[in-house]
Amino acid sequence: MAKIVVDVMLKPEILDPQGNAVASALPRLGFSFAKSVRQGKRFEIEVEGEPTAAQLAEVEKAAEVLLSNPVIENYVVRVEK
Amino acid sequence: MRVGVITFPGTLDDRDAARAVVAGGSEAVLLWHADADLKNVDAVILPGGFSYGDYLRCGAISRFAPVMQLVIEAAGKGMPVLGICNGFQVLCESHLLPGALTRNSDLHFLCRDQEIEIVNNSTPWTTSYKAGEKIVIPLKNGEGSFQCDDKTLAELEGEGRIIARYVGQNPNGSRNLIAGITNARGNVVGLMPHPEHAINELTGPSAQGLGFFTSILNAMVK
Repeated sequence: MAKIVVDVMLKPEILDPQGNAVASALPRLGFSFAKSVRQGKRFEIEVEGEPTAAQLAEVEKAAEVLLSNPVIENYVVRVEK
Repeated sequence: MRVGVITFPGTLDDRDAARAVVAGGSEAVLLWHADADLKNVDAVILPGGFSYGDYLRCGAISRFAPVMQLVIEAAGKGMPVLGICNGFQVLCESHLLPGALTRNSDLHFLCRDQEIEIVNNSTPWTTSYKAGEKIVIPLKNGEGSFQCDDKTLAELEGEGRIIARYVGQNPNGSRNLIAGITNARGNVVGLMPHPEHAINELTGPSAQGLGFFTSILNAMVK
């Protein structure tokens, strides 16, 4: 069964207080690798069989209308095997 | 005058909003999110709370409730609509107002008495105030930081569509200290703090929130 994945991220110019909080928690735990952290949402959508082009187009539409708020967020739709 | 107050699953402040409507001199008409009927109301209030549990994003699911399709249509024809807190979030998600409300900049849920300045007193919800009047009403939310792009912000500023600003330190990171805005037509207003909790000094920090509810009566009587 294939999965359609929609990743939703705040636009780069939108302040991300949650990502900032994670970024400041990491060094407190001894992790020093992060220059910055952005936090987002991931939707995993199961479909029967291989996703069709029509299904993907519908998911794109749903991502635009419901899964993301285009005022503050960007999204990417992809298929995961 | 009949002012509708919508209850979504998870709405908290519908009773206080209805009480404030009555205190302001109008009749409160309780509306349910699944209603396909606005019951001949003259104006609508979307109260605060956590409609649909704030799932996905605050207001994102409520936008698609049956009653909201009627509100969006009526707002397009000029009906006065006031969204308070979660109601403001619903109005932004419905694209009746521009921008979006995001997580408070310090991540804390705020609950405090907040001073705001009424900047625009020409909307049907703000005529009882003087321009520049400062009032203290409760502010209580986790996602009250108003964000929009630079172009939208310039439009809001240039067209006088910011109706209220926070006074003093920015409580939540809102751009330009925005506490409330209106649409281009001026009939739809979103406000993050809660005037309905400040209509009586016995139960609120002041009675200075009452003006929103007397304003709407005056607007409709005219």
